[in-house]
Amino acid sequence: MKRSTLIALKTLTWLVCLWPLGQLVWGAATNNLGADPTAAITFATGLATLRLLTISLAITPLRRLFPRLTWLVKFRRLLGLFAFFYATLHLGAYIALYAGFDVNTMAADIAKRRFITVGLAAWLLLLPLAATSTHWAIRKLGGKRWNRLHKLVYVAAVCGVIHYWWQVKPGVLTPLTITVILGVLLAARPVLTFVQKRKQRAA
Amino acid sequence: MLIGKPSDIPSSEITPREEYERYFNRRRFLRTAVSGAVAASAAALGAERLAEVFSPRIAALAGTKLQTVQSPLTTAGEELTSMKDLTTYNNYYEFGVDKDQPSQNAGALPTRPWTVRVEGLVKKPKTFDIDTLLKLRPLEDRVYRHRCVEAWSMVIPWVGYSLSEFIRQCDPLPSAKYVQFLSYYDKKVEKWASQSAISWPYSEGLRMDEAMHPLTLLTFGLYGEVLPNQNGAPVRIVVPWKYGFKSAKSIVAIRFVDRQPPTTWNDQSSSEYGFYSNVNPNVDHPRWSQKTERRIGQPFYAQRRTTLMFNGYGNQVASLYNGMDLKRNF
Repeated sequence: MKRSTLIALKTLTWLVCLWPLGQLVWGAATNNLGADPTAAITFATGLATLRLLTISLAITPLRRLFPRLTWLVKFRRLLGLFAFFYATLHLGAYIALYAGFDVNTMAADIAKRRFITVGLAAWLLLLPLAATSTHWAIRKLGGKRWNRLHKLVYVAAVCGVIHYWWQVKPGVLTPLTITVILGVLLAARPVLTFVQKRKQRAA
Repeated sequence: MLIGKPSDIPSSEITPREEYERYFNRRRFLRTAVSGAVAASAAALGAERLAEVFSPRIAALAGTKLQTVQSPLTTAGEELTSMKDLTTYNNYYEFGVDKDQPSQNAGALPTRPWTVRVEGLVKKPKTFDIDTLLKLRPLEDRVYRHRCVEAWSMVIPWVGYSLSEFIRQCDPLPSAKYVQFLSYYDKKVEKWASQSAISWPYSEGLRMDEAMHPLTLLTFGLYGEVLPNQNGAPVRIVVPWKYGFKSAKSIVAIRFVDRQPPTTWNDQSSSEYGFYSNVNPNVDHPRWSQKTERRIGQPFYAQRRTTLMFNGYGNQVASLYNGMDLKRNF
């Protein structure tokens, strides 16, 4: 891929990733976040997190299915870091707008409410991944160990989806779409490995 | 058939007479009585057309102005939630699970003709036409706080009269201990209902004494106008000291029963939604605290406020629950 194309695509990725934040900032500045701004901010940041995580998890299966798309991996770190960025905003919205920075409220929520517990777990799982996203960290850890550590993203994504299901009312099926997509992407990994192994054996 | 005697119940039964009279608009009372009598004689002659001439239907469309009187049961000192927020931020799952879906989809709800069946433990089952209901009693302006179980709240200027006044017209038997409300359901109209795994129609219920409490409102409008469809047109229940889902929308049947009726959210998840569902800051929802709430329409940094026991209506309703463990009977 030409360098100029890569720069153009990266710029585009930045713009797309910043879009949800831009909407929120614009909405807050113009007092136009809808009837329940607290819920709007929390929902938008949570949804952006799950969507970006899902997109980042689509890259590996796409590369394996279509070897010509190997260059997609150059965007994975950016997408992952933006997912963490929105997860942090989401957590911040909870701390400021729901818990009102009250430590007792937060402690009670974490202990009593499983959707908050699992949501916090998802953020904590993403934290070391964000922290080790630099070239320096990869070199320091070594590719193999770094890879193994970053498998935590699967657990984080599953926690994120469970967090979504446990937050909505029983019987509400809104989280279904992203759950199915994520399920397919996670299942694609062992399936592709199995298929490729059989091909190799056949060859 | 009931149209001829709209004034069976002395007003003194609802509120102290002096207080009531201070607020009551005599002229409107007279007009209701006279037009009611005319309509009754016309109906007796079997001349429906004639009745239509003398007692024209109140137009069905949302936004139509309603004639209202003031009520001593209104809540003072609260900033009203805007019409826009009241009509675009709704929970009405038959028209979609997102807050903005009901305002987009509820236009499909056919609010005329509309009847309400009264059945179960009554002297005689009856069916009331919506226009009869609208004229049964003077319509009152009642501002109530509205607290959703999801921890948001509004302040809503409803229009209606005490449900108790209607229940008296239903002649329930002494064996009736509970009232069940059934909402309109037609899966061809409410295609969005299948977005959630809920069994329809929506059902809610109250204990008889709760239903007879003067604060419990049979509701036809808001902001002095006919209810918009997404707010539960053409007739709904409003129980201001309970979480919003207890206030069933678009009522098609009222059933008097001798035991606690099945109610939709309680059936769906009894650990989260109790039958009583009184607003209670001391009993958390399993998934969030009920100690505070977010007031709709405020900027994000100013939404949070303390939730009041019985939504601030404890003086009027706490005695209904004397001796009950409200932590267990949440």
